Amino acid sequence: MAFLQSLNLAHIPPDLAVHIALYADVQNAPFLRDQLLQGSPAFEYALIDATVILSTTHVLAAVFRAANDHLNGRLRSRNVHSEIVFSLGANNNIAQSLRTFGITATTTDLLAIKLSTNPSITASTVSEHLAASVNGTPVEFSDATLAKMADGGKIRKLYKLSGVGEADSKGKRRRKDGSEEGSGGVDGIKAGSTGYDAERERKELEVAILGLMALRGAV
Amino acid sequence: MEITNNDPPQPHPLPPPFTHTAPAPTLLTQGAEALLYRTHFLLPSHPCALKHRPSKPYRHPVLDKRLTKHRILSEARTLVKCRREGVSVPGVLALDAEGCGDAGSGGWMMMEWVEGRTVKEVVVEAGKRIKERGGGGVWEEGLRALMGKIGRALGRMHEVGVVHGDLTTSNMMLRPSPTSLQNGTTFTNGAEGDGDDAKSAGESLEGEIVLIDFGLAAQSLQDEDKAVDLYVLERAFGSTHPEAEEGFQEVLRVYGESYKGAKVVLKRLEDVRLRGRKRSMLG
Repeated sequence: MAFLQSLNLAHIPPDLAVHIALYADVQNAPFLRDQLLQGSPAFEYALIDATVILSTTHVLAAVFRAANDHLNGRLRSRNVHSEIVFSLGANNNIAQSLRTFGITATTTDLLAIKLSTNPSITASTVSEHLAASVNGTPVEFSDATLAKMADGGKIRKLYKLSGVGEADSKGKRRRKDGSEEGSGGVDGIKAGSTGYDAERERKELEVAILGLMALRGAV
Repeated sequence: MEITNNDPPQPHPLPPPFTHTAPAPTLLTQGAEALLYRTHFLLPSHPCALKHRPSKPYRHPVLDKRLTKHRILSEARTLVKCRREGVSVPGVLALDAEGCGDAGSGGWMMMEWVEGRTVKEVVVEAGKRIKERGGGGVWEEGLRALMGKIGRALGRMHEVGVVHGDLTTSNMMLRPSPTSLQNGTTFTNGAEGDGDDAKSAGESLEGEIVLIDFGLAAQSLQDEDKAVDLYVLERAFGSTHPEAEEGFQEVLRVYGESYKGAKVVLKRLEDVRLRGRKRSMLG
């Protein structure tokens, strides 16, 4: 429980604080999922399968969108927490987004998010409740831990982004400034790309995902 | 009769949720349709651009919302498509095409921040330097390389089926590449200019072309649309940079080699030059 992080997103009023906890080796995913399905008010969280989350920015962009829609009274799903999961999706299908990004019975890496939608929700109440409910190992919510959990192939598939940010062999993706130097390495990823290239690929994928989330199917 | 309206023009208020943003977004530029701010994304350390399309009070509210929504989504759609296909444009970070409630705050879009200067500024500076020093130096060489990069960037954009609709040198940025920042020495060799001059030429002309402002962009694979796109740039270039007009030939030369259909588009450009941007309605 020491790992619950409370933060404020830029532009969003500070009283709508965001509380985030990340867990590895979660044992009781079926139980948690049932609580969500029953709509039990105590379990009003965004429970996300962390293997489909690329980075902190990825998931926080979804929180930002959900919070903004919440503030504008424009939620499309049951509450702001389900809206976070819905906002991760790249289309308008709520059920599908909840299925793909939400907790499943086999989830072991779990991201739990709660917004302080009323003053009684504080870091300590959230922290206590999570500690009592989630049977798993709390880990730090950071780009480094998320990167270890993330399933890059699955994420690319979900967003239909095969090839984005990947240096591919067909030369379809050219150097963007058109300069000839360094083709980026034919198999940058397989050959164990350098830190710089890997970081660049991740950023490229991230920004493509944010764009698709923002459009939400209006492509 | 005097018009006794001394009220200053009402500045457009920021749309929610940016009304309480700290530090407040700074206005960079304002067009007829939109205001462009610099602000930050989810963390104050992550700079981004905010494009706000305020609602127009003279339009019927229903029409106003539809137009705003359509324009924001269409611009975002084009940017996302370009980004996916590897054309250098700012990525879309977030958007709100509906605004809040009936108040009519318009809509907004947040985009990645692009470092660097506009190509317009860069070309003007290079033009000055060339004038000072006479032709044939590092600046001229660098400018030529820059024109080539523009040609290639446009070719890439047209290749994926996007026409920009408002190509000018102000709508292109030259983003210094991380590597050139580390060793801005690409142009220091093999030129007659003195070292310092070559270095500063290298530093200001090096980088990657990033196309911006897709507010009038459309998706089209037609040669006609692409040719008109180039024609608009050619005219803009002629009036903004009359001294560098021959540089435009280099843009077209590299464009012509940049993708498969480019030669046909250049052919079409010749027709467009004869008749202007608007197509004849005869036959």
